[in-house]
Amino acid sequence: MNPIFLILIFAVATTVGYFIIKNVPSLLHTPLMSGMNALSGITILGAIAAVGLSVTAARQQDVLLGQILGGLAVVAATVNVVGGFGVTHRMLKMFDKKKKEDKQP
Amino acid sequence: MTSTLYYIICAVLSVTVLLGISMMSKVKTAVWGNIISAISVFTGIVVTLLYNQIISVGSIYVYMLIGIIIGSTFAVRVKMIQMPQLVALLNGVGGLASALVGILTLLGVGQLVSDFPVFSDVTAVLAIVVGIVTLVGSLVAAGKLHRLLSQRPVVWKNHSVVLNLSLVLLAVSVIYAAFVGNVFGSSTDVTIILLISIVVSALFGFAFSIRVGGADMPITISLLNSLSGVAGAIAGMAIGDILLVSVGGIVGASGLFLTQIMCRSMNRNLMDILTGKTTIKKSSSPVEEIKEEVSEKQPENRGNLSDGEILKAAKSVIIVPGYGMALAQAQHWVRQLADKLAANGADVRYAIHPVAGRMPGHMNVLLAEADVPYEQLYEMDAINGDFKNTDAVIVIGANDVLNPAARDAVGTPIYGMPVLNVDEAKEIFICNFDLNPGYAGVENPLYTKKSGVHLMLGDAKDSLSKMIDWLNDCD
Repeated sequence: MNPIFLILIFAVATTVGYFIIKNVPSLLHTPLMSGMNALSGITILGAIAAVGLSVTAARQQDVLLGQILGGLAVVAATVNVVGGFGVTHRMLKMFDKKKKEDKQP
Repeated sequence: MTSTLYYIICAVLSVTVLLGISMMSKVKTAVWGNIISAISVFTGIVVTLLYNQIISVGSIYVYMLIGIIIGSTFAVRVKMIQMPQLVALLNGVGGLASALVGILTLLGVGQLVSDFPVFSDVTAVLAIVVGIVTLVGSLVAAGKLHRLLSQRPVVWKNHSVVLNLSLVLLAVSVIYAAFVGNVFGSSTDVTIILLISIVVSALFGFAFSIRVGGADMPITISLLNSLSGVAGAIAGMAIGDILLVSVGGIVGASGLFLTQIMCRSMNRNLMDILTGKTTIKKSSSPVEEIKEEVSEKQPENRGNLSDGEILKAAKSVIIVPGYGMALAQAQHWVRQLADKLAANGADVRYAIHPVAGRMPGHMNVLLAEADVPYEQLYEMDAINGDFKNTDAVIVIGANDVLNPAARDAVGTPIYGMPVLNVDEAKEIFICNFDLNPGYAGVENPLYTKKSGVHLMLGDAKDSLSKMIDWLNDCD
């Protein structure tokens, strides 16, 4: 992938993201942050690719290094993704719960 | 899977992530917004497995399973008060993952041959640097928040020198990466660059984070949040993965936005914090004197009405929570008191200062945990004009965010910081642990105010249950 494209994508994503995030009220800033946190675990894609390709590339020393470093990366990123989305979900449920209760009576 | 299809899917997933985030702007849709983001990431994983034809590599699933077990344990077990350190910890873990991807790219392990080796190497080193800074910085921040480390800012003698020197070294290693395998190309170059970038960025992250004190944590966490996104985006550039670049960029922007809000609310310049003007000298002797003076005059009765009668008569009440409420775990007592007041015919609202607590929106989450309806939570700007028409204000564990000195005490650290106009209310109940100044170290003139201020020192739970008893007595 051409570096110029990548930098362009970064610039566009940052700008669009910034304006969308501006609409989030401070009430939800903690869930927003933990949700973003989960998203930063997107590195899992790179980690998975590295682990997988190190096996298919089949250079003996690569496999070991790929499994150790890449494996650690996959574990770390998965913790980030699962933990992040999990707590965000828990928090948002907390906010939403009361709305339903209020409606029912 | 062809690359064209892959790029189209990546573009679609970037859009769905943005859709998910935009749904986070309303409580009603936020739960689904989060789920959509999660599904996007999951789809991204499946697509990556298919595109790279590695779906049959079994170890990947083992690693992911381990991550899922650890991650879900965190998610289920964490208490709401621990949210700041959890977010910090997860930020760090994300940074670690990005740094590892950078290391693998630099070593050429498990990578497709890049058409742009120089760009790839430079961004790989950059990913290592940003990732490790995020990791170590976040671990220190989480340690401070979890009280494993002292909350006080630690300043070394040559702190700025260490920071500047490590920045220079890091810049050198990033630039040097451009020449790997090119001019002086040999494999030792890579090892040296790896060593320098890892060690020095760890040092930088540590030095940067150890200097930050408790109340500056909201800014630090927001900044680290931003960095973890940037680290992901740079790692994405190194391996040429557009989904990493776009999502990482979005996270980076979000963190930056929150950092800006926090800085504005604390009247701090981001550069000041980065360059270490975060340390605030504690004002020394005068504070002590006043403390003793005030502690002596703490009568239950002021004028004709007892405190309980004042509270009972209040028709409009604003509750101001701060980090002290979180520390005392008093949010459920707050809710009980609010219920009592409401049953008594009072209109109860909550005023939330943007930097109350240890991360953006921290108070809202704690109060939501105690089942406080979010409609009663008001941002500072929305409620600040109403204090003058309010019968009673109840402050729970907050200090700097309502210190009137911020308006007129020129030269103090909080001067110019927007504060809640608590002092305009008729009666103020302050349930703080003690009368020490808040983190900023500026005395609060409210503590020495003669009339209309009712100090209730000690554990917030005790003070609150005392207030609940007053209202019960009046029934």
